[in-house]
Amino acid sequence: MSWSFLLRRLLLAIPTLFGVAAIVFVLLRVVPGDPIAMLIGPGATDADIAELRRLYGLDESIALQFVYYLQDLAGGNFGTSISMRQDVMELVLGRLPVTIELCLVAMSVAIALGGAMALAGAYWRGRAGEAAVDGAAGFVLAIPDFLWALLFVLFVVVFALDGLPISGRIGHDVGFRGATGFLLIESLVRLRFDAFGSVLLHTVLPAFALALPLAAIIARVLKASIAEAMTQDYVLMARVKGFSRARIVCREALRNALVPTVTLTGVQFTFLVGGTVLVEKIFSYPGIGNMAIDAVINRDLPLIQGLVLTFAVLFIAVNLLVDMSYALLNPRMRHG
Amino acid sequence: MAEAAAVPGGPLPHARESAVRRLLGNPRVVLGGAVLLFFALAAVFAPLLAPHDPVEQDLMLQYIPPAWSDRAEPGYLFGTDNLGRDILSRLLYGAQIALFVAVAAAAAAGLLGTVLGLLAGYLGGWVDAVISRLVEVWMAFPAVLLSIVLVAVMGTGLHSVIIAIAVIDWTRFCRVVRAETMAQKQQDYVASAVTVGLGRMHILWREILPNVLPLLIVLFTLEMGIAVIVEAILSYVNLSLASDFPTWGTMIADGRKYVNQAPWLMILPILCVIALVLALNALGDGLKDALDPVMRK
Repeated sequence: MSWSFLLRRLLLAIPTLFGVAAIVFVLLRVVPGDPIAMLIGPGATDADIAELRRLYGLDESIALQFVYYLQDLAGGNFGTSISMRQDVMELVLGRLPVTIELCLVAMSVAIALGGAMALAGAYWRGRAGEAAVDGAAGFVLAIPDFLWALLFVLFVVVFALDGLPISGRIGHDVGFRGATGFLLIESLVRLRFDAFGSVLLHTVLPAFALALPLAAIIARVLKASIAEAMTQDYVLMARVKGFSRARIVCREALRNALVPTVTLTGVQFTFLVGGTVLVEKIFSYPGIGNMAIDAVINRDLPLIQGLVLTFAVLFIAVNLLVDMSYALLNPRMRHG
Repeated sequence: MAEAAAVPGGPLPHARESAVRRLLGNPRVVLGGAVLLFFALAAVFAPLLAPHDPVEQDLMLQYIPPAWSDRAEPGYLFGTDNLGRDILSRLLYGAQIALFVAVAAAAAAGLLGTVLGLLAGYLGGWVDAVISRLVEVWMAFPAVLLSIVLVAVMGTGLHSVIIAIAVIDWTRFCRVVRAETMAQKQQDYVASAVTVGLGRMHILWREILPNVLPLLIVLFTLEMGIAVIVEAILSYVNLSLASDFPTWGTMIADGRKYVNQAPWLMILPILCVIALVLALNALGDGLKDALDPVMRK
């Protein structure tokens, strides 16, 4: 994979980000509600209100506000949150590692689960095993991550599975304060296995809720790609050589089925990132998704803008990762 | 399908008859349709069926468990919630809102997407380029976040929910209708219509649209399922209707808050959402098989 490929992709992201910033900015300025109204106490005078408006730049025209906003963005200044009265960049960066770790765990679960289902379906092709895999994938796919999350909460409560936490990210009794937000990685590096276990347990349910729909898609696409690969000459060759069916499916066919699978499931990875908004809310998981809903409810314009941009950056990053893995898996793309 | 609709006056009687038989012979259509009918009847007759006022609070009747529990009270089949409101009555009125939003939002999204898709597919050129680019940019947004932001902007209420779904999901219709229109444009009946000298708009609305209709019915059904979920999501984050109004999403959100004291608050509304969504999906997939001439072969 060449550097120019990476650079070109990064440059392409700039107009997309600009578009997202512009649409969200304009959308939020036509809000009928007044964000200042939440800030003022009952005794505030008109002068106080005017002062606050000036402070947050809400007294200028929309076009001028947008120009100032872009200038600030270019200088790395995302503004100040109205409801929390803190720097937006600081707030977002404090929560971002939580969501990134959750997404990485969810993606790993989806790949492992979907891959296992696809291999099982391909191995038992035309038998009950394949029908079971197809049925499971269809059922899982019909229910969105939001409802899976709620179903998990219900299961835990109804069957009293007290070992599985349904809110928060780490147990209160675990005295572990990370220097970074990446608790899962940091606790492992610092050999705090109790903290690692606690964070992992808190992550299991939200990660599975996010992972299930993606796992079902991966299972379907990968299974179809393996079936396609199984009709190729080199598979026949491997059969003639006397390799076992398991070896042919896992070694020969799988390797060639990966490229179409990555291409076809790529966009689904961004859906997983978008799903964190609700899933984090349901599990009171302290990431940026949870923060986004609170920001919308509080009409915290700078924070909403910052978070939507952050999500757009995450989407672009995921797409880039998918394209890069595509290039890595397909030798013909390496020197593109 | 193309030949049948090219005959003036629509499909021949025997073609219509076999279409009905095909639909009734498809188990997914029958099963999905039956569940949908069940919810539709529940919604229509909610005022007659509901044993209590869905918004009436009575703190003396808080947290009555459902009938299968030994602490149940007669007259409250599915129990009561944290404010003593009857869950069965709330579910019945919730079906009204869920189905109304599903139909209205799917219709609005379908109308917008179909018109743009037909124009893009039939006219091609710069119209197609503009519309296709718009679809691409639109789909780059995180849908859930966009819907939440939109409703926050427009204010809560059913109309906001419906508009938000239409504004976000028209792209689904647009992409499919555009592709189908391009395929239909290559058919002989369109060439004949051009030869006869019919106008472009006449051909688009009177000749091509009827042939895209089976596909639209399928998309509409699937979109209803999506709308049910989005309405539940928006109610869940408290952006759909005032919280004392009985929507399934609000009931789920209340249930999540009190899940440790009263898990039954959440079970039934979640099951209703899942049953309705699965039914709409099955119906849509079944219709696709039954109506799609290519799949039939």
